[in-house]
Amino acid sequence: MSFVERTLSSLVNAMERALYAEELAKSKGLLQRLDPRIKVLGMLALIVASAMAHRLWVIGALFALAVTMAVASGVPLAVLLKRVWMAILMFTGVIALPALFIVPGREVWRLPGIGWPVTAQGLASAAYLVARVETAATFSVLLILCAPWSHVLKALRVLRVPVVLVVILGMTYRYILLLLQTAHDMFESRRSRMVGRLDAAERRRVATASAGVLMSKSLQLSGDVYSAMLSRGFRGEVYLLDEFETSNFDWVMLAVFMVLAGCGVYFGR
Amino acid sequence: MHIPDGYLSPSTCVVMYAGSSPFWYVALRRLKRWLSTKLIPLLSVFAAFSFLVMMFNLPLPGGTTGHALGVAIAAIVLGPWASILALSIALLIQAVFFGDGGITTLGANCFNMAIVGSLVAYLVYRILAGRAAITSSRRVVAAALAGYTAINASAFCAAIEFGLQPLLFKDVTGAPLYAPYPLSIAVPAMMIGHLTFAGLAEMVLSGGMVAYFQRANPRLLEHTAPGAARSSEEPPPAVGQGAWSALRPLWFALALLLALTPLGILAGGAAWGEWGVHDFSQAEARQRIAAASSNLAPPARAPHGLERLASLWTAPFPQYAPAFVRRPVLGYLLSAMFGSGIIMLLLLIFSAVYTRAGSPGKTGTPQTLESRLALRDEQK
Repeated sequence: MSFVERTLSSLVNAMERALYAEELAKSKGLLQRLDPRIKVLGMLALIVASAMAHRLWVIGALFALAVTMAVASGVPLAVLLKRVWMAILMFTGVIALPALFIVPGREVWRLPGIGWPVTAQGLASAAYLVARVETAATFSVLLILCAPWSHVLKALRVLRVPVVLVVILGMTYRYILLLLQTAHDMFESRRSRMVGRLDAAERRRVATASAGVLMSKSLQLSGDVYSAMLSRGFRGEVYLLDEFETSNFDWVMLAVFMVLAGCGVYFGR
Repeated sequence: MHIPDGYLSPSTCVVMYAGSSPFWYVALRRLKRWLSTKLIPLLSVFAAFSFLVMMFNLPLPGGTTGHALGVAIAAIVLGPWASILALSIALLIQAVFFGDGGITTLGANCFNMAIVGSLVAYLVYRILAGRAAITSSRRVVAAALAGYTAINASAFCAAIEFGLQPLLFKDVTGAPLYAPYPLSIAVPAMMIGHLTFAGLAEMVLSGGMVAYFQRANPRLLEHTAPGAARSSEEPPPAVGQGAWSALRPLWFALALLLALTPLGILAGGAAWGEWGVHDFSQAEARQRIAAASSNLAPPARAPHGLERLASLWTAPFPQYAPAFVRRPVLGYLLSAMFGSGIIMLLLLIFSAVYTRAGSPGKTGTPQTLESRLALRDEQK
């Protein structure tokens, strides 16, 4: 596969992920019913609890909680398995593997043939790392799969993120989708005009020139956006329409999240 | 290099958020002053670009491909402060929506890549490019090396953060709770990958993009080339006015770090590889060396070369404890003040020499994109 196809594939993947999240966020489920602000606070508390836990069984319990919430929210476990759990196992698992032999401690087993000693502390440290990363990633994926992304951004206000930053983030997200399309079209048109193979130096020149064109287009776009904002009366003040409403169910769920996160911190200390 | 949740302890994450905050604050203050209302669209669109450029698959010498961060080209085109903000926003979007990098580790990721990356890239580019013409091939080389150095500086910071985890955070059995490898493993493991493939990708992207801009849009390179030869008729830069007040949070952060230096006393043992000649002859020190080296016994006596070179230079403040100070806390504070003072003095001298040599005079060009945008609007 040439670099053009690889770049196209990563651009398409990003677009697919964004569209899939928007679709899933519309379905009916436990997390979808909640006010986005409650979701942001709840998931953040659970991520922090899994980061603070010093006991494997507590991290395991938090992971089980994340899986239960995924099922209750209609998030297919196959999607989590493929996109989150296996991806992390392939990356963090490989990083954690040498720890079995490198971390000094009590020897529990020797690798047949090579005779490398596996230590109890090495096993524990690898398990801590993989379990913690899997659990935290599952909670953060649940947050973005169960709410429209624009709502998650607005919900960041609950963490005292300044309005101007929330507006910038919202615009960034919008222009990521626009520039994804632009970059996709650039590479697609390039591929449609290419016959034969380019030599290595030419491939590099094409790739960096494409990035250069995209940067020039981005700067041009930012000027156009600014002119458009001015023409609509923008004078520097930014406002955010806050359409969120909390129900009794939201408050109950917030209490549940906080109690669970508190238990995680207490039992995991 | 995007550190996921779970690799760093919550306290490290808090420290990294605290370390990044003054830079974000200064960057925002500086940009607001020059950009005012243009800040929002410029940062939004450029952050979107930074996000996208990380997805580009770059063909590397040797037939393989890799991804770059785009930190150097952002610092070269936008200047370091706008680059810090744009990349931080891109990293936040990546962490929250694409699961690339953690939410608790966002402060660390922004510090390593957006802050250290942007500042190192800008510094290296400005020093190496000097006053070369905008279309000079020296600028391409400078950009390529800026990218290479920046990505490696970022990776080094990440490696230090990883390597500190097993020293500081263990469970009751001694098993590391977070990233499990000590500095002696984390630093080479991170650096080998970045000194080769990742560094090469960054080098290709930043050098290649500067070469492209030289052909297609050289004006984009003028913002960070105040001394370069050009026929522009624009007024001199307004950069630097109020720089000291804008940097106030960084001074506070520096003061706080100075005050916290005695925390170093709490760290037990010695860093791997930082042994003195006497450590090889003391039983207790030999035990510590063996324990830190997978139970490999150190040589019976200090290596000959170490003995010979160790006597070449005697530090004025050995072990951060000047001979005339009895209390170790005071010794740490004095050493920190002395070290920072020397660095600041050298930077001031360098800055004075560099400003004099590179002064663009009355026909100079504004040094930042922000001032150029303001000027363009005025001309309209």
